[in-house]
Amino acid sequence: MTDMSTRSEGLFGQDTPARRIMLSLAAPVGAVVLSIIASGLILVVAGSNPLSAYADMLGHARRLETVVSMINRATPLYISGVAAAIGFKMNLFNIGVEGQYRMAAIFAAYVGGSVTVPGVFHMGLILITAMIVGGAWAGIAGLLHTQRGVNEVISTIMLNGVALGIIAALVRKWQAPGEIVVVGVGTEPIADSGIIPNLSFIPEWFGDIRSTELTGVLVVAIIVGISYHVLLNRTVFGYDLRAGGINPLAARAGGVQPKRMVMIAMLLSGGVGGLVGIAEIMDKGRYDPNFVGFLGFNGIAVALLGRNHPAGIAVGALLWAFLDASSDILQVTGTAPKETVDIMRGVILLTAVIGYEIVRRVRIREEATAAAARLAEVAR
Amino acid sequence: MIQMLDRLPSWATWMIYAAAGVGLLAIVELFTGTEGLTSATTSSAMLRWTVPIMLAGLGGLYSERAGVVNIGLEGMLVLGMWFGAWGTIELGPWPGLAVGVAGGALGALAHALATVTFGVDHIISGVAILIAAPGITRFLSLKIFADMPTGSITQSPAVDGVGKFTMPVLAGGGFLGWESPDLLGWLRDLRWWYVSDLADMARGLIANVSQMTILAFALVPISAWVLWRTRFGLRLRICGEHPWAGESQGVNIKSYKYTGVVLSGALAGFGGAFIASPELNGIYLEGSTLNRGFIGLAALIIGNWRPGGVMAGALLFGYPSALGKRDLDGSATHSLLVVTVIALVLVAIWAWRRRSQVDSGLATFVAVMACIWFAITDTVPDWWVDIQPFIIVLLVMVFFSQRLRMPAADGIPYRKGET
Repeated sequence: MTDMSTRSEGLFGQDTPARRIMLSLAAPVGAVVLSIIASGLILVVAGSNPLSAYADMLGHARRLETVVSMINRATPLYISGVAAAIGFKMNLFNIGVEGQYRMAAIFAAYVGGSVTVPGVFHMGLILITAMIVGGAWAGIAGLLHTQRGVNEVISTIMLNGVALGIIAALVRKWQAPGEIVVVGVGTEPIADSGIIPNLSFIPEWFGDIRSTELTGVLVVAIIVGISYHVLLNRTVFGYDLRAGGINPLAARAGGVQPKRMVMIAMLLSGGVGGLVGIAEIMDKGRYDPNFVGFLGFNGIAVALLGRNHPAGIAVGALLWAFLDASSDILQVTGTAPKETVDIMRGVILLTAVIGYEIVRRVRIREEATAAAARLAEVAR
Repeated sequence: MIQMLDRLPSWATWMIYAAAGVGLLAIVELFTGTEGLTSATTSSAMLRWTVPIMLAGLGGLYSERAGVVNIGLEGMLVLGMWFGAWGTIELGPWPGLAVGVAGGALGALAHALATVTFGVDHIISGVAILIAAPGITRFLSLKIFADMPTGSITQSPAVDGVGKFTMPVLAGGGFLGWESPDLLGWLRDLRWWYVSDLADMARGLIANVSQMTILAFALVPISAWVLWRTRFGLRLRICGEHPWAGESQGVNIKSYKYTGVVLSGALAGFGGAFIASPELNGIYLEGSTLNRGFIGLAALIIGNWRPGGVMAGALLFGYPSALGKRDLDGSATHSLLVVTVIALVLVAIWAWRRRSQVDSGLATFVAVMACIWFAITDTVPDWWVDIQPFIIVLLVMVFFSQRLRMPAADGIPYRKGET
């Protein structure tokens, strides 16, 4: 069913570009509106005023500093979203970005902290270590899939559990000497040469910001996004990947080797996933036990919201970051509990995926009607 | 010998396996000089660690037998833990359990709505539940637990437990004022090798056990009966095997799928409420489900989507966890490595006889590595206990994934009339 529709999209001209965009936007916008209503109801029941809470959220988001901090939060989410999307394109559910980025982050921080080489090489070394470790960890799941037929959802969930255990051990083993039981234990701090410089000069064009720095990892995220777009739409590999995801049998008949594709897709997904933790490493200069969690699962959410599209994922990541920033301001002003934001996230995600599914069906039905009409015309 | 085993009823076969397992542990204890592998404290702790994993696994069983993959079990455990704690604080233990069950079922209802009514991909909906559940409980904690004495946004006040049960005659205790003998305790005190080990371990399973635990274990045969011996079970399973065939027989596939998914959340909710009960935490504590939902999913898989298998899988994870939590120097867990090696050698022999040399070589290799590890160390690090269940699942998947058979239509979105 799906295969037919994707192929016939271009054949039947009914679908104007404007209409297609409208249909694609219907689900996410509807989801946001629904979640605003649902959270509003919850807030009323909980005894807060939803209107003033929303006013606080929007007012806060207009400030330059908030925008910068939103971009900072969106950066790792975006990378995580792209990592998940690479798998999704091949019909692979890489649930394991969670474990991959943490493994990658601790190894990258350790390597970065134990060597001192001139600037660019130092940064490059950290990034490459992260990609290799992330890719290798996902590669285990790839191997299990191709060699043993183990479903990647199961293996990556198990590998997440293993990764967390190993990291707990490594944090203790690699902690900087002299820091035994104090707060903020972590790997050896990375020398300044390895820290990607911040981009604060850009927001400074727009105004004065002092309290927040714009993360330099944004550049990495942008490169990841562009590479993802080019890889997917401008290379043979990308074509094979999409073909393998849409119709594995047809792709196989067309000469795509499914095992090879699964392996490469897992390695790429894990490699990109390895970069998720870089922003935090650069911010803190080390891996510490309070390293931010759940970026992998939220990356999946962001990829879903953005329909695996390079720009869509960016919008999803910014939306998630906006909600993060909003939870901060709600805590400060106290107009509503900041946990409201978590509920909004859940509602947005569930309604968005349901919405996408409905839109997909509407499209299929319209195409079928259009095709039938055309056939009838030809027959006449 | 094997044929004789086949003729026995399944509970008797299970008993023989269990006795053989304890025998293996007793031998290992003898050779490595460790204690506690076969004690009553270990076996009763094993029950406490097993129950939530097993309930999550049984939950997954109902859902996946109805064809809906449920990776949101972890989120449903979280909901069950919160609602179980809240219900118990407000209404007492048994009604509290019902509230916990309802909480888990509510999470599952969202999953059913997305997957069954709207045909959303099961993994996607599951991830949404995983993300949403901790947010919901945090919000609720802020509104309710934070206002209670000793409660806060991340934890509840203390939660009461249900009553305990001790099997009369076998494990002592009393019955209507009658002082019962303690047969297993007497056997234990004889200090005969193996016999006393077996008696002590068995006594841990039936002495001073929470009624919740008994209910949980009773659900295993009940599930087997419901799923394989009733009309309801047959119809539920057709949803997971071939819903279109069921549809042609007039089965209302969607309503059965709903039932399966909601039951799955209810069981996970029970598991969550158990975590909040004094058997484990004694409070609701944020983040204390400890991946048990995922481990339950693992138990379901290595249990080959069968109730008895789920229980065996959950025990396989519960036992090392129970041992590890009490084993501060890591020596008991260290001696478990020997058990792993023996199991791997058996796998290697089995694979060799089936003429799959690659599997056999792989199993031997892992066995040798584990052997070397055992030989050059005296203890295992504490983190090994945490990752052991996941490693076991990965190993089982490596060697047996071809022999496991999940429901044929598991995870496939179903639309009426569309194949």
